[in-house]
Amino acid sequence: MYIIQDKKVLAKDIFWMQVFAPDVVKHAQAGQFVMLRVHELGERIPLTIADIDQKHKTIGILFQVVGKTTALLSELEVGEAILDFAGPLGEATKIAGLKNVIVVMGGIGTAIGYPLCRALQNQGTKITVIAGFKNAERMILHDELVEVAHEIIFTTDDGSYGEKGFVTQSLDQLLSKSDEYEHVFAVGPILMMKAVSEVTRTFAIPTTVSLNPIMVDGTGMCGGCRVKVGEETKFACVHGPDFDGHLVDFDLLHKRNQMYRDQETKDLLEVRGRQRE
Amino acid sequence: MNKALVKTAVSHLDPQTRVTHFDEVQCPYTIDEAILEANRCLECKHQPCVAGCPVEIDIPGFIREIKKENFENAYQIIRKDSLLPAVCGRVCPQENQCEKYCVRAIKGESVAIGRLERFVADHHYAHGPEETHKPILDKDAKIAIVGSGPAGLSCADTLLQLGYPVTIFEALHQPGGVLIYGIPEFRLPNRVVEQEIDDLKARGAEIKLNTLIGKTIYLEDLFAQNYEAIFLGTGAGLPRFLNVPGEHLNGVYSANEFLTRVNLMSAYQKEADTPIYRGQIVSVVGGGNVAMDAARSALRLGAKEVHLIYRRSLTELPARLEEVHHAQEEGIIFNLLTNPLNILGDDKGFVKAIELIKMELSEKDASGRRRPIPKAGSEFILETDVVIVAVGTTPNPIISQTSPTLEITDYGCILTKNEAGLTTYPNVYAGGDAVTGSATVIEAMGAGKQAALEIDRVLNS
Repeated sequence: MYIIQDKKVLAKDIFWMQVFAPDVVKHAQAGQFVMLRVHELGERIPLTIADIDQKHKTIGILFQVVGKTTALLSELEVGEAILDFAGPLGEATKIAGLKNVIVVMGGIGTAIGYPLCRALQNQGTKITVIAGFKNAERMILHDELVEVAHEIIFTTDDGSYGEKGFVTQSLDQLLSKSDEYEHVFAVGPILMMKAVSEVTRTFAIPTTVSLNPIMVDGTGMCGGCRVKVGEETKFACVHGPDFDGHLVDFDLLHKRNQMYRDQETKDLLEVRGRQRE
Repeated sequence: MNKALVKTAVSHLDPQTRVTHFDEVQCPYTIDEAILEANRCLECKHQPCVAGCPVEIDIPGFIREIKKENFENAYQIIRKDSLLPAVCGRVCPQENQCEKYCVRAIKGESVAIGRLERFVADHHYAHGPEETHKPILDKDAKIAIVGSGPAGLSCADTLLQLGYPVTIFEALHQPGGVLIYGIPEFRLPNRVVEQEIDDLKARGAEIKLNTLIGKTIYLEDLFAQNYEAIFLGTGAGLPRFLNVPGEHLNGVYSANEFLTRVNLMSAYQKEADTPIYRGQIVSVVGGGNVAMDAARSALRLGAKEVHLIYRRSLTELPARLEEVHHAQEEGIIFNLLTNPLNILGDDKGFVKAIELIKMELSEKDASGRRRPIPKAGSEFILETDVVIVAVGTTPNPIISQTSPTLEITDYGCILTKNEAGLTTYPNVYAGGDAVTGSATVIEAMGAGKQAALEIDRVLNS
């Protein structure tokens, strides 16, 4: 039984849950994900592992309500169980040996960025964080990020907190000022990861992005999560979810993620309608 | 003695109406039909049919019980060697196995062993005793089984019969492997698979779902948890694609994904959350049973037109003849000697057509089949809004990623050192599609059984 032991609302429609999953915790590392299902006719969805608590044997998940499954998940309360919860899946983010990095994160991508920073912190890497949000209300994990970062820049689209503008402007400034950064990690919306990769390409800095394609089984069986990386087709569930940002075909991924958009919107509206009743 | 040269006919649902739902196509034999057909069996002393069965079911033995109307006895005879009679009676390619060697087939058709097996199993589930014979698990050594498809289930069943406690680890949320996620309802209802797995559980098998060996638990963890041997029946893995332009377009599915959405995730049911992109015109590339399953599922999801695209001719089609007939009856359009060149999309990234080329057969290749070569200038465009690629799979890489001692072949299959499936990792055995690449349910069951017997032999020596 995957019991929810803690639950917080971080911002509108953004939730944090700590789930008891002793088997999943054991080998879990930053960058990996779980596949979960909330009811018998429910969908399997991938969610990033946002926290690994070996002591309490819990896995943290952080999610935004974007469809029916995340809406139903958000309705579960502490003490209730998630029906299925399998992981840790995918390959862990490769960080060994890195001394000085920039982690760029946007919106819900913070769910991946934060555990990555913790893992980097544990091996003594110097971390500069650029965290971008739509506005101050949508900002999440502010204090946690301040704690793990050696330097941190917050940006908001409307300037309601930190610098006004996009993460790429701040990144460009950092990279123009110093050539000491060895690696950039980018986690967040597809278009943001694409923009970050374009900036780092001009500075020739290796860049890792974490991709979020549609998955069904998540265990290397269906091939639905295929992404184009350079000339190769890769499967995000077993070869990723991390890839070289300079090789990923982001436009293709963006289009593939729209495949069921109409259905998703309809299903979410149905749940919202029921919630209002 | 029934001297009829052909099998006793079995009824099927009408092709026109059956394509509107997912109900099972082939009906079971009635009691009278089963007895009539059983009386075609000569009960040959040398039992050629048994030698043709990978799990060596006592075929003349169970057929004799049908003749005597002892249907439950017939079931118990099959059940000694196979835990999946209701499954195998439906999906085994009997024409290449037991029935191929039947003496009646020398002049006329073989005895309908498959249909009789299904009859016996269905009769047992409908009328058999509630209580399951529970083996005494008196052996100390615990055995771990990885994967709950045909190979793993068969290995577990044999080990239980020998008295070993077994735990089966399954990555997905439901046990059964390809029987659940792959083969559709109209050919193998999930209820049938669930019944047979429930029987295994009643016999003492423990099944742990949502557990990926190689990710959740490593092989060395299992040994640390005092499992003394491990059997890997992890099945076929990543789907192969065609390597033609346009395969990333929306509306292009691997057969694995398409069938998983339909079967495991029940996307054909209105109440299910998992979406499926239903096309008006669907093209399926491939010629195996999986291609037939995908094509016939697409039809049942409401496609107006379903095309099968296969690069060789009808003679080389690897699917079972029975499935080909069913597909033809249902109106699947067979584009034989045809191969895809390019999948064309619209500006939103959705499939709109597929470019094909006509093929002709030249001399035989390494596989003994005549090699198809493209006919220059024969390119043409077929409008389509879904493309399903059913051209096979490559083994799943997960376990070998975290177990470097486990060697794999150049094709990515798990390397085995002997007939019993011993791998390069001590006390770890493997069998089924993970070792052989895509093959049949019964061959996987045979491999699982062999490994179980070997595990018992090694632990006792």
